[in-house]
Amino acid sequence: MEHIVIIGNGISGVTAARHIRKQSDKKITIVSDETDYFFSRTALMYIYMGHMKFEHTQPYENHFWEKNRIDLKRGRVKTVETTSKTLIFENNESLTYDTLIIATGSKPNKFGWPGQDLKGAQGLYSKQDLDTLEEMAPNNKSCQRAVIVGGGLIGIELAEMLNSRGIPVTFLVRENSFWNGVLPQGDSEMINRHIKSHHIDLRLATNLKSIQDDGNGRVKSVIIEETGEEIPCNVVGLTAGVTPNIDFLKSSAIETDKGVLVNRQLETNIKGIYAIGDCAQQREAIGQRRSIEAVWYTGRMMGEVVAQTICGNPRTYNPGHWFNSAKFLDIEYQTYGWVFSEKNKPVYEAHFHWKHDDDTKCITVAFHKENQQFLGINTFGIRMRHEVFDRWLTEKRDIDFVIQHLSEANFDPEFYKRFEKDILKTYQNQFQNA
Amino acid sequence: MSTQSHQNLSLADSKQLSTQQKVASGIGILGLFILVLALFNVNFPNRGLVLASALGLIATGAIWFANNAYLSKSKGIKNDGVWFKSISSRGLTGWITGIALTSFYIVLYFKPVWLGMGIDGAKNTGLIALFDPLSKLLSGNPASQWFVYGTLYTLAILIFGYKFILKYRHNKYEQLRTASVMFFQLAFAFLIPEFMARLNSDSFSLPYYDLKNIWPLNYYNFEQYRVDDFISAGDVGLGLLIFGLVSIFVITPILTYKYGKRWYCSWVCGCGGLAETAGDAFRHLSDKSTFAWKVERWVVHSVLVFVVLMTTAVVYSYLGDDSSQYWLTKNVFLYSVAGLLTIVFAGVLFFKRQELAKDAKLGAIGYFVIIITLIAMHQFGMRLFYFEAETLRSSYGFLIGSIFSGVIGTGFYPIFGNRVWCRFGCPMAAILGFQQRLFSKFRITTNGGQCISCGNCSTYCEMGIDVRAYAQKGENIVRSSCVGCGVCSAVCPRGVLKLENDSMNGRINSQSVLLGNDVDLMDLLNQK
Repeated sequence: MEHIVIIGNGISGVTAARHIRKQSDKKITIVSDETDYFFSRTALMYIYMGHMKFEHTQPYENHFWEKNRIDLKRGRVKTVETTSKTLIFENNESLTYDTLIIATGSKPNKFGWPGQDLKGAQGLYSKQDLDTLEEMAPNNKSCQRAVIVGGGLIGIELAEMLNSRGIPVTFLVRENSFWNGVLPQGDSEMINRHIKSHHIDLRLATNLKSIQDDGNGRVKSVIIEETGEEIPCNVVGLTAGVTPNIDFLKSSAIETDKGVLVNRQLETNIKGIYAIGDCAQQREAIGQRRSIEAVWYTGRMMGEVVAQTICGNPRTYNPGHWFNSAKFLDIEYQTYGWVFSEKNKPVYEAHFHWKHDDDTKCITVAFHKENQQFLGINTFGIRMRHEVFDRWLTEKRDIDFVIQHLSEANFDPEFYKRFEKDILKTYQNQFQNA
Repeated sequence: MSTQSHQNLSLADSKQLSTQQKVASGIGILGLFILVLALFNVNFPNRGLVLASALGLIATGAIWFANNAYLSKSKGIKNDGVWFKSISSRGLTGWITGIALTSFYIVLYFKPVWLGMGIDGAKNTGLIALFDPLSKLLSGNPASQWFVYGTLYTLAILIFGYKFILKYRHNKYEQLRTASVMFFQLAFAFLIPEFMARLNSDSFSLPYYDLKNIWPLNYYNFEQYRVDDFISAGDVGLGLLIFGLVSIFVITPILTYKYGKRWYCSWVCGCGGLAETAGDAFRHLSDKSTFAWKVERWVVHSVLVFVVLMTTAVVYSYLGDDSSQYWLTKNVFLYSVAGLLTIVFAGVLFFKRQELAKDAKLGAIGYFVIIITLIAMHQFGMRLFYFEAETLRSSYGFLIGSIFSGVIGTGFYPIFGNRVWCRFGCPMAAILGFQQRLFSKFRITTNGGQCISCGNCSTYCEMGIDVRAYAQKGENIVRSSCVGCGVCSAVCPRGVLKLENDSMNGRINSQSVLLGNDVDLMDLLNQK
C-alpha cells in the first residue's frame, strides 16, 4: 500500500491527511516534533490569556486520528534522502515513504541582533514558544517589562497577551506607523491610537540595536538604535515576521530558495515530494499574491489541493480572491480583495476611506482610478460577508455599486448599529460632489 | 509536555482583584451574612428594614464590583484569566460554591423547615420570616420557601444581568437579550403571580401562574387542582387555561419557526435567564465531547417522553367517562393524544427523513412504539401505562422537577457548566429543539473561509456544541440544542459567526471545501 508521509501536523498537513483519507485507503503518517495532536496555532495567545486551555485549541478529539487510520509520529526529521525515499530523524530512526508532503510551517525571523539568543528573547510561533513565555513571563513580578520588536500581526498579539497579565509592554515598530507596509495610512493610524489607548508603549520608527545580557545569559534590557536609550526588560519578543522552517532540507536534493520551491501542482523538483503551507514557495506568481503566504487558510487550501493530486485527480493550486482577517486588541479586521498601502499601491489604485467618530471603526475601499472597478476593502470594527465580496470581485462591480449595496455585505450581529448610510454620505461628499 | 506547562499557569496573576473589587465583594458578603444570621434564627427587630438592607447590600456590592471590573476597561471580549480563576476553572472556590448551592437546593426542596418555614399554620421563623414583610407587601400573604427562593432568584438575575450587560457593552444583541430575561423574570415570574394572588378571595382563586412558564417545563400546569382552580375562576381562569394550551401548541411553534428556540431559551425563560446571568461565569465548563452529545440526545428526549406520559396519565386520571356530562372524556382524550403523536411522528418520518440521523430515526420510532403500546395496553383493560398516574407524577416531580432541574442543574453550575438542565433535562428545550432543527428559519451562518479553528466558539458554548467543527468546514450551525445566546459569535476573533433568521432552503449546507479555493475544486468536492 502506498505510504504517504506528511512532515508537520499543522493545518496544511492535517488538511491534506484528512482529504486523502476521505478519498483513499492509503497509509498515512503525520510526523511532528511539536505536539502529539493537531492544534490551532492561531489560538496559542488565548491559552496564555486564560481564555482557553490547550486542549480547547485541538479541533479534533484524540480518538479521531485512530478512527481515521492516520498514524501520528513524534520526532524531528534531520534529513530527507530522496533516492532511498527515507526520512532520518534526529535520534537516527528512519521512516520510508512513497509520497512525501512537506508541511513544516515557519519559524520566527531573527536578523542577527546582538543578544538575540539570550534567555528571555523569543518568538511566538510554536507550542514550545508558548511554554517558554509562560516560564519567562508568568506575571508582572517575574517580568516587569517586555519589549516587542516588530510591528506585525504576531507582535500585536504578543502585546495583547502580555497586557492581559498586567506586564508593561514597549512595542518597537520599524515603520513610522503600525503595519503600514500593508495597511493604508488611515487604517494604520487608527490602530496606532487604539494600541496606545491600551497603555502599550508604542514606539514608531524605532529599531532594536541590541539585547543586553544580565551576566547570567538572561535578557536585562534592550538598546534602541536611534537614541541609544536603554530599556530594562525581562522578555524580548522577536516578532519581525517568519521564514519557512526548512533548514533540514538544505542538504537534500529538494530545491529550495526561501521556501521549498513548488510548481502549481505543489510538487517540488522531485517527483512524489510536495510542499504545502507556510514553507512552500511558488515558482510562478499567482495573481498579486506573494510567493510565500504564511496564512492559515492558504495552508488549508493547499492541503485540499495536494490531496486531490495525490489521489489521482491532479489539480493546480488556484486560490480565489485574496481575503484575510486579524484582530488588533479589541478591533476586528477583515479584508477582501486587494487594498494596498501607500508604499505598495499600484498607480491605478485609489482609495475611499470612512472612519467612525468613536475611532474604533473604519473602512477603506480600493478601486481603479480609470474604470472605477472595485478592487478590495479593509474593514475594521464592522464584520462583512466573505461570500458577498467574493461575488462582487468576480462580477467586477464598480465602487458605486459596492457602496450603494454595502448593507447586503453586513455580517455584524443582529441589532448592531448600522453605518451604511453614513458611509454612503461620506462617499458622496468625497467623490460625487467633487 | 502539554499537561506540565499547565501547572505553571497557576502563576498567572490575572486572578487578583482590585481594591475596589475587594471592598465591593465585602459589602455583598455582608448582605449575605445578614441572611445567614436570619437562617440561624437571630431575631431582628424591624424585619422589613433588615431585609431591605441585606438585599440592598448584596445588590450594591455586585453592581460596584461589575462597574469596577468593566467600566474602566475598553469595550470588548472580557475573558482574560477565566481558566486561571479558582471559581471559574473548577478550583477550590468553584467546588465550595457548587457544594453550597447544592446543599441549599436540597434543603429548599426537602427540608424547608430548616429555613424557618412554618408548617400547618405555624408562624414562619428564621430566613423565611425575614421575607414575610416583602411577601405581605406584594401578595398579602406570609412568605414561603418558594417566595424566598423566587426573590433571591430574581435578585440574582437582576444583578448578574447588570454585570453581563456591562461585560458585553459592545454587543447590542447580548444587551437586549439580557434586558429581556431580566424583565420576564421580574415581571412575569416574580411580580405578576404575586399580584394575581392579591385578587384571590374566598369565592375566587387562581393558581400561582408564571405565564411564561410553559408546559412541559411547567410540568404541573394541567394537574387537577390547577385545572379545577382555572375553571372555577370563571372567564379569567378559563382564559389562563386556554393560554396555557395555546402557548405550547400555537405560540411556541410560530415563534420557533421564525426565530429559533432562542426566543424562549435565552430571551424569556427563567431557567435560561439564571444560566445566562448568574451562570455566565461557568459557560465554558460544558462538556464538548461527541460522547456528551450522544448522552444529551438520549437523556433529554427520554425526559420529554416521560413528561408526555406523565401528563397524559394525570389528565386521564381526573377526566370522566360520561360524554353526556362533558365532551372531553377519558377515551376522547387518550385517542386525541395518540392521534396527535401519530400525526407528528409520521409527518416527520415522511417529510424530514433525509434530515434525521440513523439513531434519531431509531429513537423516534422506539419512543413512539413505547407510547402507543402503553395506550394500547390500556385498551385491553390493563392499568393505564402500567403505573399509577400519581406514582408517575410524584416520581417526575422528584427526579426531574427537583433533583435534575434544581440540585444538579443549578447547584452544579461551577462544575458542569450553566446549562446542564437546559441541555440534558428540559423537556421544553427538547420540543423547541425538535422544531428548531426541522422547522425553523434560524441558523448560525459561517462567514466563508475566515475560520482559523481557534476554538473560542466551542469553548464558550454553554450547550457544549462543537461550533468550530461546523465553522471550520464552512457549514451553518443548525443544532437542536442551540439556545441562540450569541456568545460564539461574540467571542469569535475573526467575525465568522452570525445568528440569523433566513430562508429554510440551504439552511443545512454540509461542504467539504470552503469559499476561497479554486471554484472548480469547490464544485467538484461539494457535489459529492
